[in-house]
Amino acid sequence: MLPLIVLIVIVVVAAVFLIGLYNGLVQRRLRIDEAFAQIDVQLKRRHDLVPNLVNAVKGYMDFEQDVLTKVTEARANAVAAGAQGPVAQAQAENVLTGTLRSLFAVVENYPTLKANENVLSLQEQLTTTENQIGFARQHYNATVLDYNQSIQTFPAVLIAGSFGFTKRDFFEAEPAAQEVPVVALR
Amino acid sequence: MTTTFYSEIAENKRQSVILAILVGLIFGVLGFAIGYAFTGSAAGGLGATLIAIATAGLASIGSYTAGDRLVLAASKATEIDEASAPQLFNVVRELTIAGGIPMPRLYLIEDGAPNAFATGRDPQHASIAVTSGLLQKMDREELQGVLGHELSHVRNYDIRFTLLVGVLVGGVALLSDFFLRWTFWFGGGRRSRNDNQGGGGLQAVFFIIAIVLAILAPIASQLVQLAVSRQREYLADASSVQLTRNPNGLERALATIAGDRDVLEVASRATQHLYFTNPIKKFESRSAGLMSTHPPIVDRINRLRELSGDPPLDPADTASLSGLD
Repeated sequence: MLPLIVLIVIVVVAAVFLIGLYNGLVQRRLRIDEAFAQIDVQLKRRHDLVPNLVNAVKGYMDFEQDVLTKVTEARANAVAAGAQGPVAQAQAENVLTGTLRSLFAVVENYPTLKANENVLSLQEQLTTTENQIGFARQHYNATVLDYNQSIQTFPAVLIAGSFGFTKRDFFEAEPAAQEVPVVALR
Repeated sequence: MTTTFYSEIAENKRQSVILAILVGLIFGVLGFAIGYAFTGSAAGGLGATLIAIATAGLASIGSYTAGDRLVLAASKATEIDEASAPQLFNVVRELTIAGGIPMPRLYLIEDGAPNAFATGRDPQHASIAVTSGLLQKMDREELQGVLGHELSHVRNYDIRFTLLVGVLVGGVALLSDFFLRWTFWFGGGRRSRNDNQGGGGLQAVFFIIAIVLAILAPIASQLVQLAVSRQREYLADASSVQLTRNPNGLERALATIAGDRDVLEVASRATQHLYFTNPIKKFESRSAGLMSTHPPIVDRINRLRELSGDPPLDPADTASLSGLD
């Protein structure tokens, strides 16, 4: 009788342990998906901010209409590129970053505009949006690291393969996307 | 030797756990000795230990649930909304994205001294208070470094950890106090009665051990508690770098604060351990000198410089920055 009880206890403990391992892997994998979706949230936020910025500066910058046009175009392209896959999207977002930087460089030449509260507030909003995009990508990489570590280390490594948990890739900027394009303004 | 924030974090966690276990051991040994001296049996020792833990634990429940509100009120912190401090909210929001935690409540303390503290038992119930001096004297990167440190206290469940250690230290104090009073007032009466029952020799030995421990243990456990506090500060620094990936911002913040001679009025011995840097300066009369809750600022800066791959501070800078903490 006793050996049977001991056996049953061992089996139950092992089962509970395995369930815990499996659930942990599932949780980590789901966190990756959430982190990935959050990056898109930040990118969309930037898309929404750009028209506000253009409107705020439009009245002041009579001679810089081509700058504003380029910013508006870049934004439209970035929105469209969302549907064209990650590589196209990353490139388009990078172009948008370039045009925004050029715009703020130009704003430096207009003292009244530079000190304008609306512009300062929008500048801060764009800065924080750029940072949030960066941090969202960083967090995505952190969740991928956590997951990859779990499926490759003992003990989860024993069950990972059989339950279909495969390695995930980090977010890496495409080589072309690593250079910020210089947008000619004149 | 190069360190990464991963290795720093692992090392700090390991050391603080070892120290916490040490406090637990002091507590256990003291309880056992007292109980044995009292009753002449090991069961008595165990019983005394458990009673002291339960008492100290009950006393800490209030701190666990309402402690953050008390501390915020004692520090004259008022809650602020995003409209009044948009850059602060943005900086914190960026960190919560990097850390995968919800936004904490933010509070402001009107004081020129640059400092901050975090409170709250878990990331879902967290509050962070900053002084107006911090907002004025830090640039965006430095501010993010400091707030990364505070948010890391929340993420690492430091408030819970230090409460746990505090319960054990409180238990040590309770046990010692009780035992020494009992010995003082009632002498060896119990002891001679048990002598007749033949358990006397060992019990007498334990009695002497218990007295020695009861005198030394409270001091020892408090010193270990301070060591734990310092380890968690190093851990929060390294975790801040994990969030921001920018050791330089935090390093510059520490250097700026080290050179600031403004005194934080609302801080006291009871709340000093909560702050980013020790708000009580060496030159103040309320300073505790050697028994510090925070590591020296120069050490914190040098650890951050190591993460950046920079050499440690040279003697001239070290001298100028050590003066105040």
